[in-house]
Amino acid sequence: MQTLSYWEALNHALDAEMASDEAVIVLGEDVGLYGGTYRVTEGLYAKYGERRVLDTPISEGSFTGLAVGAAMTGLRPVVEIMTINFALLALDALINMAAKIPFMSGGQFTMPLTVRMPGGVAHQLGAQHSQRLEHTLMNVAGLRIVVPATPQDAYWQLRQAIRADDCVIVLEHEVLNFDKGPVDEAASAPPPHRAVVRRPGRDLTLISYSRMANQALAAAGQLAAEGIEAEVIDLRSLSPIDWDTCAASVRKTGHLLIAEEDSRFAGAGAELAAGLTERCFRSLRAAPLRVAALDLPNAYNKRLEEHTIPQPADIVAAAHALVRDDAEEIVA
Amino acid sequence: MDRELHIRFLRDMLRARRMEERIAQEYTRGNIGGFLHLYPGEEAVAVGVLAAAEPGDYVVTTYRDHVHALVRGIPMRNILAELFGKRDGCSHGMGGSMHMFDAERRFLGGYAIVGEIYPIAIGAAYTVLMRGLPEAVICFFGDGAVNQGTFHESLNMAALWKLPVLFVCENNHYQIGTEIHRHSAVTEVYKRAAAYNIPATKIDGMDVEKVHAHSLEALTRVRAGQGPQFLEFETYRFRGHSMSDPGSYRPTVEVAAYEAQDPIAAELRDLSMHYPDPDSLKSLGLDTSESLGRRYIDKGHLDTAGLEALEAEIRAEIDAAVAFAEAAPEPTLDDARRALRPGLIHETLI
Ligand SMILES: Cc1ncc(C[n+]2csc(CCOP(=O)(O)OP(=O)(O)O)c2C)c(N)n1
Repeated sequence: MQTLSYWEALNHALDAEMASDEAVIVLGEDVGLYGGTYRVTEGLYAKYGERRVLDTPISEGSFTGLAVGAAMTGLRPVVEIMTINFALLALDALINMAAKIPFMSGGQFTMPLTVRMPGGVAHQLGAQHSQRLEHTLMNVAGLRIVVPATPQDAYWQLRQAIRADDCVIVLEHEVLNFDKGPVDEAASAPPPHRAVVRRPGRDLTLISYSRMANQALAAAGQLAAEGIEAEVIDLRSLSPIDWDTCAASVRKTGHLLIAEEDSRFAGAGAELAAGLTERCFRSLRAAPLRVAALDLPNAYNKRLEEHTIPQPADIVAAAHALVRDDAEEIVA
Repeated sequence: MDRELHIRFLRDMLRARRMEERIAQEYTRGNIGGFLHLYPGEEAVAVGVLAAAEPGDYVVTTYRDHVHALVRGIPMRNILAELFGKRDGCSHGMGGSMHMFDAERRFLGGYAIVGEIYPIAIGAAYTVLMRGLPEAVICFFGDGAVNQGTFHESLNMAALWKLPVLFVCENNHYQIGTEIHRHSAVTEVYKRAAAYNIPATKIDGMDVEKVHAHSLEALTRVRAGQGPQFLEFETYRFRGHSMSDPGSYRPTVEVAAYEAQDPIAAELRDLSMHYPDPDSLKSLGLDTSESLGRRYIDKGHLDTAGLEALEAEIRAEIDAAVAFAEAAPEPTLDDARRALRPGLIHETLI
């Protein structure tokens, strides 16, 4: 099996889908000649030409809308929004158009549209360049959202997104871009929305996604050294959520800890905590606990930035509180 | 034009250039983080336009904002401290390179999202209109930014309501790695303003005196209540788009395509497609910050000793600014919370 970096895995996925289906086109700012800001589209312009790998002006609202129109009429566009922060300008196309058209047309139109957007907190990029918007998008019926944390998932989930007949948002993480990992291009992929247990455990269920899933795994390693066995679940998909895998784990461990990079207030973790409390209330031995970013925009200052987003040590501390059952003090 | 103004141009151009060179060094040393977009090559635009501004004018700009901040009068040490993420920075360490602010100098900020400058600018202009004062709003943006929807929406409103804005396009030919002929159907940006009945001119943005003269004229019309004005300055950035872009991409496909279409490529056009290095630009006389010194010596505004003294003075200013930034304290989490809700410092939430 080959070892690829996250960006290379995405690149291979695009290449494979473009090779097998002429309807697949890629568009976005600097995706062509320049090869993509995060290198993901490198080499595709030379291979597939300027009609299928389209450099766009800085017009997010309209080129995303263009992709919606193209998806309604037979193409399978893959839009690259350079970073998720600029997707805010495309929310009309995503929320009012892509998510609504299949429904409003009574199912006459499908929406084979993939929208890739790297995001998250990288390093000192300031408040406008350090965001995640999963909560905003999760609230929209009609969108699917995948959050690959490994090169293998980046590869599979992007291919599956392109083949899907509805709109799939692929939330990449800028910090994962150069992470390397095994990628098996021949294997058959699990369903894109299926969560995976990355580490089995009996004492608590630790649910996370994207970059924070890797941090959660690191934290679980430290906990194991103290004899606390955390079961780490990487969600892989935020819409839909694989409730079955999550609930089965919570029923087994009786403790739920959620780690996310975004702000706690009204975040993805709130949905997970509520959804799993509804499903597993009787199995829970303590209230679910969330480790999340502080409810602040991201500061440019490096120390504040590190302080604002959760680190593995914060996950470890929260796990201690959860199993000791004094979590309420932490939340207060 | 008086000698004092000439020397001011030269001083500001050199301060800008030397400051940016030092900032690049400090970035490499790890004292500055994040995205860093530098301005060498484009100084004549910021210097010429802002020399025509009054203290009561507002300035709105992009993520390529250090030089605008400097020329607007923000002390260099506060700019450096911001880049170092410190509490004494002009945005108290919260903003960084792309988000410099200074309320006192009516510097309404650097914005990292392309296209946000226009609505902010027309909003400030609306304030000016309501107050009926002879103030203007100066709005800087790049050639790539004119394809954002807000450009069209804001220019329409600005013209419709005769808002006092000077739109300043810094046309450096590139939207990151995409050359203007590949991102715009109409590459003479000033012509787009005509669609909204906004008077517009295209000017050599490498000549600080021309930049200044046109800006002064346009700002006079803005202050006289004649509505928005539009200036397109043709300029060039000598570096890559940002520190993470070495600018080494050579669009050979593009060059070949254009050369085939246009066998008699004008010198300037040719230049923009070959991504020249600073030295080859200098030989063409485009490096205004360097050639200006020579020009002013020739004109008798300055002698060689004077130029050397000026350079030494600027070096000392930069060293002091860096030392200040290094020594400045880090902001705290409390500072961050106060920054988030400055209006609520003296109020309780519930
Ligand atoms: C809405 C939005 N889309 C994309 C980007 C990414 N981006 C940053 S700078 C830039 C190019 C802007 O070019 P131009 O306006 O010509 O200004 P220049 O950098 O040349 O000064 C792009 C695409 C962004 N910051 N905001």
